Amino acid sequence: MIRSFRALLIRDLKLAARVGGSGVMGLIFFLMIVTLIPFALGPDLNLLSRIGPAILWIAALLATLIGLDRLFQADQEDGSLDLLRLSPAPLEIVVLAKVVAYWLVTGLPLAVAAPFLGLLVALSPEGMLAMVATLLVGTPALTFVGAVGAALTSSLRRGGLILAILVLPFMIPTLIFGVSAANAALGGTIPFATPFLILIALSLIAAVVGTVGAAAALRSGE
Amino acid sequence: MRGLRLSVNNLACDRGERRIFEGVSFTLQPSEALVITGRNGAGKSSLLDILAGRLHPAAGAILFSEAGERTLAECLHYVGHRDALKAALTAEENLAFARDFLGNPALKPGEALDAVGLAHAARLPVAYLSAGQRRRVALARLLVAKRPLWLLDEPTSALDTASQETLRLLLESHRENGGMIAATTHSPLFLTDAKEIRIERSPSAAILPGDGA
Repeated sequence: MIRSFRALLIRDLKLAARVGGSGVMGLIFFLMIVTLIPFALGPDLNLLSRIGPAILWIAALLATLIGLDRLFQADQEDGSLDLLRLSPAPLEIVVLAKVVAYWLVTGLPLAVAAPFLGLLVALSPEGMLAMVATLLVGTPALTFVGAVGAALTSSLRRGGLILAILVLPFMIPTLIFGVSAANAALGGTIPFATPFLILIALSLIAAVVGTVGAAAALRSGE
Repeated sequence: MRGLRLSVNNLACDRGERRIFEGVSFTLQPSEALVITGRNGAGKSSLLDILAGRLHPAAGAILFSEAGERTLAECLHYVGHRDALKAALTAEENLAFARDFLGNPALKPGEALDAVGLAHAARLPVAYLSAGQRRRVALARLLVAKRPLWLLDEPTSALDTASQETLRLLLESHRENGGMIAATTHSPLFLTDAKEIRIERSPSAAILPGDGA
């Protein structure tokens, strides 16, 4: 079971590196959105630093979404999904390996890049640190929720839009607590730990529900 | 592998509320091969899909006995129309993944490619290979993990005559080692003593009232 998990994880990481896959694209997309906002709002540093966490979080959410439709669709198209069904490990393990690989090439780089992009929206050093922490524990929730949508739309030819419509509402709680945790770190009445712990809880719940849900969707699909 | 037995009883298949075939029964025991024939659209691939667990049968039962704790899906190889190869990875990497992922490793990727005559292409990305070569890489996957039942959907398509002969020898040696094979085909596979079933469009579907087709 561990062997299958590791083999699939390594394969997906290789593929992401090889095709110049969704990881790099997501990161560039993230950079684009965060760069565009100051142009749109004008050089008001106070305003920017106040809404900075929200901008970074929305950008991270969209960047996670952008490559998600290919998560299972690519395997569906070339028949690899049929091979994955023959695994000695349960389908849940297969889903988990794919989602972890996807997070490692999209979510993790976003969290690591957050301090540099924080400069563009005039975040304070504590703010940058808080962004890294919240993105690090919050993006897994986005990826796992998205995986259910990706599994449901895997056999649709242009599933990307439907995927976004399906999963965006379920990403709202993560967005709320991610932004409020980052804001709490910048000052305010609530302590940082309260929304941050809820964010961790959301990620853990999404990890379970997302894995089981996506596997169920793949089983029933076709 | 001794004593394994796959029995299929009165299997029926529906696609989109249309009955494609019904009443398909057969048994497979070690060293036996089953050749499934029938016209285009008769449901040959659907039968293999049901056996591989991709489709649910509309009626009937599949019994797989004496396999211990392993499920049917863990005991079979499936090579379908789509080769299940990642174009960006090399032939060797594709096989190495299948070997680690499927468990029960047998031949090393290099040896398996050698067996299908593609040793020279081991380090080429699959995207650069021709359709026939890709098919041979997919068939090499049968050799990297040891599994008793091979489900092959049109295994000879895109293969040249020399490769078809290589495939025949691979299939025969799998049977000599107690393996089972179920293959759909239009062209003869020249397997010795293979069982054959012909899948026909079920009559009830053909005379369905109001059926525009």
